[in-house]
Amino acid sequence: MMKDNNVIQVENLSKLFGDFAAVNQISFQVKAGEIFGFLGANGAGKTTAMKMLIGISSPTSGKATVAGFDVYKETESIKKNIGYMSQKFALYDDLTVKENITFFGGIYGLSKKQIDQKRCELVEELGLQEVTNSLVASLPLGWKQKLAFSVSLLHEPKIVFLDEPTGGVDPITRRQFWEMIYKAAHNGTTIFVTTHYMDEAEYCDRVSIMVNGKIEALDTPKKLKEHYKTDTMNDVFLKLARG
Amino acid sequence: MKIILYIIKKEFKQIFRNKGMLPIIFILPLLQLVILSNAATYEIKNIQFGYVDADNSSTSRELIEQFEASTYFNVSEKFPSEKEASQAMQEGTIDAYLNIPTHFERDLQKDKTKGIGVFIDAIDGSAAGVINVYITQIIQNYNKNIVADLIQISDTVQKPNSIESIPLFWYNQTLNYKTFMVPGILVLLVTMITLFLSGMNIVREKEIGTLEQINVTPIRKSHFIIGKLFPFWIIGIGLLTIGLILAKVIFNTPMLGNLGLLYAYTSVYILVILGMGLFISNFTDTQQQAMFIAWFFIVIFILMSGLFTPIESMPKWAQILTEFNPIKYFVEIIRMVMLKGSGFVDIFPLAIKTLAYAIVMNGLAVWSYKKTT
Repeated sequence: MMKDNNVIQVENLSKLFGDFAAVNQISFQVKAGEIFGFLGANGAGKTTAMKMLIGISSPTSGKATVAGFDVYKETESIKKNIGYMSQKFALYDDLTVKENITFFGGIYGLSKKQIDQKRCELVEELGLQEVTNSLVASLPLGWKQKLAFSVSLLHEPKIVFLDEPTGGVDPITRRQFWEMIYKAAHNGTTIFVTTHYMDEAEYCDRVSIMVNGKIEALDTPKKLKEHYKTDTMNDVFLKLARG
Repeated sequence: MKIILYIIKKEFKQIFRNKGMLPIIFILPLLQLVILSNAATYEIKNIQFGYVDADNSSTSRELIEQFEASTYFNVSEKFPSEKEASQAMQEGTIDAYLNIPTHFERDLQKDKTKGIGVFIDAIDGSAAGVINVYITQIIQNYNKNIVADLIQISDTVQKPNSIESIPLFWYNQTLNYKTFMVPGILVLLVTMITLFLSGMNIVREKEIGTLEQINVTPIRKSHFIIGKLFPFWIIGIGLLTIGLILAKVIFNTPMLGNLGLLYAYTSVYILVILGMGLFISNFTDTQQQAMFIAWFFIVIFILMSGLFTPIESMPKWAQILTEFNPIKYFVEIIRMVMLKGSGFVDIFPLAIKTLAYAIVMNGLAVWSYKKTT
């Protein structure tokens, strides 16, 4: 792995909708293998920024590369190297667990053998043996989210983008989810995650906090707490987000 | 190629798993075929007919008998005066009435000509026109008889009869409206189902958020679109097949031309419609919007297709518009192939147009589908 190399490099990246700057000249780097927390209040521009990085939204100005590829011209190459899990559950409710895995494996171009192998691993890891042939619609939300995360890792991407992956999930499942994140990071996958849970922010290697389209703070949770002279990330966030 | 197969498999699974959609795809269109083919007819029958007979002669009674004998008229009532007859028309109980004046018989024999009042409810102008033709025919047939009788009685030199035309009806000798309508309605249902399904399919994925998930994969646009549309292409061909079987079994619609030619044309035609559906779904965010837009186009296409009203009688500008109506092409071709037995050479100009249309439409659809916005 390219440890200590920047897999995401962002420089003065902006996205305007008319006159409104949803993302206003943000700059940051994410190192390979890092868990990077991308925080901000609702409407601060997190999702917009993330959509530019995963190649489904063109930036208005600025520069950025993801996995070494340009976000303007090489979006399709970026897509080969990243996984993405959206805010909204985006697997097919009317397909079974097995069919979802097969489908997404298939469109990432995995071979049938690879798909079968991945599926067995994944089902076992998530303890989904009994529901592999049930429709995804029938699963509880927590299971769905874990499944969606696993599916986003199917093609072994270098970076995985998680947009509020634990929204609406119970604390136990949240804990299990973060264990999965750690495991993926341990295997060398870079994690780029947005969240509203400040306890989760503490699990990140580094955290950025976005306020009104700008990154107001970026550091390790420990240093941020020191700098803002508080005990918790929650207070750091409140200080910044309230302006 | 393998990626396309994965998408096709997934689409078919979703289509056949959707218990609400299956009957809409397969049963409703066929019901439509059976119902519309029987109901959509230009034939005017069961005309409610009344009369006022002020003459009350044998001639006037014979004339009315002619109407009673006709299968097109229901002679409902004899009115004592025109006032009652006109009242009945106002109330809508009769569609037309005849006013036979006094001294009808006497004047006819004396002058050999006599005016007779025909009153027709003309709210539906084209129906009124047809009723007028029927009535005139009956009266003239009857009137000619009288003339012939008179000639014999007075034993004068045979006058030349008026010129009589003997129509020969080609391609549909019995003037069976179902033969005419069934192929057209078949076109309709193949078009509607494929347009609605393809138009709503991708928008649906937008709505539930899975399209975004697809857009972050490195899948190629063309692969995704081919995989998405292919199942609906199959469904369109399947519908045509079931429809043709029903047309044969229920309506005994002739199939004079080459079945293979019809299928070949249909496969190109469906591409036009699918491209259109996809184009619509690229510019809409919800299934509701897509549905309304598809509906808007379908209504215009159907009404301007020559299926229900002849294109020749449309104003010039409307005729030009119909040149861009794919349903018109298909209605024309399916009638040519099924009823006339037209071959490849006959349909070639329209087939080429359809192919060009398909290329343009799908080109636009692929171009307007953006993985990155």
